[in-house]
Amino acid sequence: MEHVAVLAARAERETSARPATDKRMTAEAAVQLVRDGDHVAIGGTLYSRTPMALVFALLKQRRRHLTVSRPLACYEIELFLSTGALDRIVTSWVGIGLPWGLAPVFRHYVERGEVHYDEWSHLAMGLRYKAGAMGVPFLPTLTMLGSDLAARVDLQTVTCPYTGERLAAVPALNPDVALIHAHRADMFGNVQVDGYQHMDVDMARAARTVIVSAEQIVGPEEIAARPDQTMLPHFAVDAVVAAPYGAYPHECYGRYGPDLQHFDAYAAAAKQQGPAAALRYVQDNADADFASFLSTAGPDRLAALAADAQELMPR
Amino acid sequence: MSDITAEELMAITASRLLQDHKVVFAGVGMPLLASGLARHRHAPHLTIVLEGGIIGAALRPGKLPISTNEMRAAYGAQMLTDITDIFLYAQRGFFDYGFLGAAQVDMYGNINTSVIGSMDRPRVRLPGSGGANDIISLCHEVLIVTQHEPRRFVERVDFITSPGYLSGGDSRARAGLLTGRLGAVVTDLALLDFEPASRRMRLAALQPGVTVAQVREQTGFDLLVSDEITELTPPSAEEIAIYRELRDGPVAEPAEVAS
Repeated sequence: MEHVAVLAARAERETSARPATDKRMTAEAAVQLVRDGDHVAIGGTLYSRTPMALVFALLKQRRRHLTVSRPLACYEIELFLSTGALDRIVTSWVGIGLPWGLAPVFRHYVERGEVHYDEWSHLAMGLRYKAGAMGVPFLPTLTMLGSDLAARVDLQTVTCPYTGERLAAVPALNPDVALIHAHRADMFGNVQVDGYQHMDVDMARAARTVIVSAEQIVGPEEIAARPDQTMLPHFAVDAVVAAPYGAYPHECYGRYGPDLQHFDAYAAAAKQQGPAAALRYVQDNADADFASFLSTAGPDRLAALAADAQELMPR
Repeated sequence: MSDITAEELMAITASRLLQDHKVVFAGVGMPLLASGLARHRHAPHLTIVLEGGIIGAALRPGKLPISTNEMRAAYGAQMLTDITDIFLYAQRGFFDYGFLGAAQVDMYGNINTSVIGSMDRPRVRLPGSGGANDIISLCHEVLIVTQHEPRRFVERVDFITSPGYLSGGDSRARAGLLTGRLGAVVTDLALLDFEPASRRMRLAALQPGVTVAQVREQTGFDLLVSDEITELTPPSAEEIAIYRELRDGPVAEPAEVAS
């Protein structure tokens, strides 16, 4: 278990530069901010608004000894595992999604003890990012008490100084790097999201470095036209990557639905061939650039997924 | 009810436990379908909350979400907030019911969705808690729905992912879990509750045509049996029709969709 001293994390943010400059760069350049051994937090949840363009760029780098945290993790975890990138997973749930049953590649590595899985409850993960975002070392909560989860991650308790009640004390999590996919960002890194926020705001504010990919890069005047929609201010963001369909084959709220046929194909291969299938997926897809990956889906498929999303939007 | 599946029987039985004008925090799959059925039938003011941050999920027949974080879950919602926030509503005490499935449940209602075998050398590594640990810890009354078979109903779970009554008696409260109680476990064979003193699971009612002996046979521990066992009312044609339409979408012939 890694616990980052909260003052050390703060000191890094205190002293980091906050230039209001053009932070646009390619995904390949942005993921150079991730070093071997880093804790990388991946935004979105399960197969919703996952920053896949950034994830693929990072996979291609073949970093080593990474820790990855997420609210609920999908098959991107299996891809990282297949390349030997991961030492540790920190989340509350790992699977491809309910219809596909247990995730075979994840099982392969965890059951052999080849990766650590620190399992927290979903709320505990949220409060860990929130404590990190708030700049405090822990947050008190009534969840996780009494369970074997608590014992397994050595969760400590705290006694309320006012009432004497005993509460779980969830430790702050300050990731080295957060990868976030958003709907809109300007070149300075003011970021707007539609629909679900997942745990992205707390995750990003807790992180020491934040990389944001966006469906659309917009002018600052467009951000200023709806400032109440801004989820992250420019000074909390270090890199901005233009990535239309940047969550594909996962979904992006209001923009496109998930490509469940793509999931079917991956899940079938992973079930038959295990880690080799996941590694081949990385080689075939992530090792190319994201634009050519999108082109394998084809414009018709992408347009159909966009229509699926449109159909679900409130009218 | 000759052609009804175990899943349909469980979900319909469970849906009847949800009262109108309450708030239910539901997991996807059977809990969500049962909550949807309640809303479309006897509890039109039941508010369905999903852990993706959705308050007031409306559910579109045949288009139910398979993840609580995907767009389909937000259909018709009154509010979208972030994930941590939705659980903080639970911690504040707003949610009447927490509604869960279970891979493995024991005589005290502890749920395991983490591991079969030991945590250090797992025989099968399951996905993990997700929000289940929080739902069972923070909602007012917890309902569990799962198929009745010995491998699921075990004396002690291999790992307590989500705490029920822990080792019984007042052990849940002693662990610091001051809120929440386990209301019922619904299966394809029975409705079970928890005996108030020992907090052990107890047979309360039988599904139509099922015997106490059959339930005991499918339970991997010594089951308490209530003094006043009743038989549950069979699913009505209306319940079955609404349930199937929710799950599969409107039937081919023109039909009114309750909304």
